[in-house]
Amino acid sequence: MFIPEASNSAHYVDTTFWVIVVISAVLLVGVTSAMLFLIFRYNRRRGAKAEQVQGGTALEIIWTVIPVVLVLVMFVIGEKSFRLIRSVPREVMTVRVDARQWSWMFGYDNGLRSDQLRVPLGKPVKLRLSSADVLHSFYIPAFRIKEDCVPGMETYLWFTPQQQGSFDIFCTEYCGLGHSGMLAKVLVMPEKEFTDWYTGSGAKGNRGLQLLQEKGCLGCHTTDGTPKVGPTFKGIYGRTVTVITAGKERTIAVDGDYLKRSILDPGADMVKDFPPVMPKIPVTPEELEAIEDSLEHLR
Amino acid sequence: MPAESMATPEKSYLEDGGRFRGLFSWIFTTDHKRIGILYLTSVFSFFAIGVILGLLMRLSLIEPGRFMSERTYNSLFTVHGVIQIFLFIIPGIPASFGNFFLPIHLGARDVAFPRLNIFSWWLYITGGAILILSIFLPGGAPDTGWTFYAPYSIRTTSNVSLAASGIFIVGFSSILTGLNFVTTIHRMRAPGMKWFRMPLFIWSLYATAWTQILATPVLAITLLLLILERSFGIGFFEPLKGGDPIMFEHLFWMYSHPAVYIMILPAMGVVSEIFPVFSRKNIFGYKAVAFSSLGIAFFGYLVWGHHMFTSGMSDISRVIFSLITFLVAVPSGIKVFNWIATMYKGSVRVDSPLLFCLAFIFLFSIAGLTGLIIGTLSLNLYLHGTYFIVGHFHYTMFGGAGFGFFAGLHYWFPKMFGRMFNERAAKTAWFIMFIGFNILYFSMFLLGLQGMPRRYFQYLPQFRTNHILSTIGSWILALGLLIMFGNLIRALFRGEKAPANPWGGSTLEWTLPSPPSRENFRETPVVKGGPYTFG
Repeated sequence: MFIPEASNSAHYVDTTFWVIVVISAVLLVGVTSAMLFLIFRYNRRRGAKAEQVQGGTALEIIWTVIPVVLVLVMFVIGEKSFRLIRSVPREVMTVRVDARQWSWMFGYDNGLRSDQLRVPLGKPVKLRLSSADVLHSFYIPAFRIKEDCVPGMETYLWFTPQQQGSFDIFCTEYCGLGHSGMLAKVLVMPEKEFTDWYTGSGAKGNRGLQLLQEKGCLGCHTTDGTPKVGPTFKGIYGRTVTVITAGKERTIAVDGDYLKRSILDPGADMVKDFPPVMPKIPVTPEELEAIEDSLEHLR
Repeated sequence: MPAESMATPEKSYLEDGGRFRGLFSWIFTTDHKRIGILYLTSVFSFFAIGVILGLLMRLSLIEPGRFMSERTYNSLFTVHGVIQIFLFIIPGIPASFGNFFLPIHLGARDVAFPRLNIFSWWLYITGGAILILSIFLPGGAPDTGWTFYAPYSIRTTSNVSLAASGIFIVGFSSILTGLNFVTTIHRMRAPGMKWFRMPLFIWSLYATAWTQILATPVLAITLLLLILERSFGIGFFEPLKGGDPIMFEHLFWMYSHPAVYIMILPAMGVVSEIFPVFSRKNIFGYKAVAFSSLGIAFFGYLVWGHHMFTSGMSDISRVIFSLITFLVAVPSGIKVFNWIATMYKGSVRVDSPLLFCLAFIFLFSIAGLTGLIIGTLSLNLYLHGTYFIVGHFHYTMFGGAGFGFFAGLHYWFPKMFGRMFNERAAKTAWFIMFIGFNILYFSMFLLGLQGMPRRYFQYLPQFRTNHILSTIGSWILALGLLIMFGNLIRALFRGEKAPANPWGGSTLEWTLPSPPSRENFRETPVVKGGPYTFG
């Protein structure tokens, strides 16, 4: 195939794909060569004279019945593999997938949150999908699975990863400005490594940075100096920027108060030349302090 | 010789503008032929805009960020889709060739409601103008994709309401044209023109017209609800207010899937005209072709859910929609087999109209077969929302409806304008377009299989090669289009005078001079046999 077959569903999907592609290729070659043969054989330049054939009931029946049978075969194998892909086994690890413009967040049963989907090799995983704002679609090509994340309801997917490594996650339902940047990775790791991560890594590292990741801020703001949908966080503290406040432009130096205000009320002072699209994301006062603190030190 | 004894040469419809002169003799005309030409020029003008937007998108995709911003790109794919679908393909063949040839094919002097006919064009051009306006007014061009999925389309600040109003108005033009055609076909057939003596183009227009009448109101309601929701925050589709975004998808596709058949059926009608003429033989299986049009139109209503296999609707509804989707493929297959069989024991002349039909069959077959792939439930989970879909519907809409349109354009050009085009240039253009088309869109299938999502401004490195290939294809295709239209425009002014029947056609338009007179027929023709009799 064109990309790795990294899950149980990938195998069903690819088998179905090749069966249908082979039938289709035979039909296409048949139709095209019949067309070319007739053009050549009955060409007027070769002196062909037309005979008025009106049609043929037998032929009409044949080329109605055979396609009906063929498409029913395709339907049945497609439906069968679909059912396998949709039937969730009983023993399954559940991960919550929260989609928002324009980031993914994965929540585990023990309260762990991560912006990459980490899963153990060979164990079935069920994803419970939801969206905080508009439609998104959760897609892992290497696993051949996809389902929309719909605001106001929950949808699901499941898979058993069968290959260790890191695979792309895309959003495939157009969701606005940053749609093509709404990417993540699924990291398939050996069970032991996964358990270590799942139980061990708690609140280590920089709390503020972790929050920036968890809240999805890094979907639009980078920490390496390149502007994305919003301005970069690198060296933001003390930077002089032009903002638009209530329709009027003014120049300010970024300080702690400004950063907090921008998180609590993103529309208040919009940095010029960036789209006014930042959502209000709930934060506790303690989290706000931690984020502000880490931004202050991002140089 | 006394002047009286000479038959006064009748003025053609191009010279005889009726009550008005100049531009007014066109925009206030009630002559179905002039209205057909009005539509022809308007749809191709919008087509040109749509093509340029498409080329710009492909340009941006060689090196994202270099030529335009993400915001601009998102508007480009939205407006490209809206223009090509609502202003080009949907009105395309029915409103231009349909208006011009439907009354003539039936042996009538005009459609049933000539004034309604010109009113429809006015609605179309007004709606089109509003749509174009929505690109330039403050707020910015719509950025939702042509599907306007809620709740994003409710929340965005771009000019979605204006664009939706434009489409709403264009929709009424489509409904009224459908109404006019159905009435004309029922009431205005010449003596002896029984149902099964009608040209197959008319059968396809008949099926299309019913779909236009019955399906378009659903679109109108959907857009109206969207506009109301945007203006007053009513909450039909916004989940925060108790609305349902999936209901929007149902309503949208309840129209937009039948609309796919509004787009493709008339092209199939054109192809059904051309095969007999260039084979000098009756169509193989007239009734099978006629009834398959009705079959497609009927089943076309019941398959909209296949656009929503990953939307979150119930698994049982996915299974049902998949089953019907597979069945709707059968009547299209029947048509393809009958067209090909028409050449059997014929006397085939491969001129440009037939070349476009052969390309139609090849490209439409790929479209149909890839349609089976994405209609398969398990494969849809993999390929939905990727470039595979983009490739598939461009093969259907452009390779199918578009090439069918070009086939008709070359076939009927001499009749409509009284001039012949350069055949060699037409063939060259056809060849370049065919090559460019396949490079442009086949690479999209490969991109889809690699997992490249659609509507992406930027992409990961593994997709780069196929994106560049696709863009190169777009330039080749554009070159072919330029040659084709250049050749036809040149022919308008410098082409040789066309004889009444350059291709040896047997339907009624070929009994008239090229171009026909304003009244079409001096005396109402009496029809004695089927449409494709070559002797």
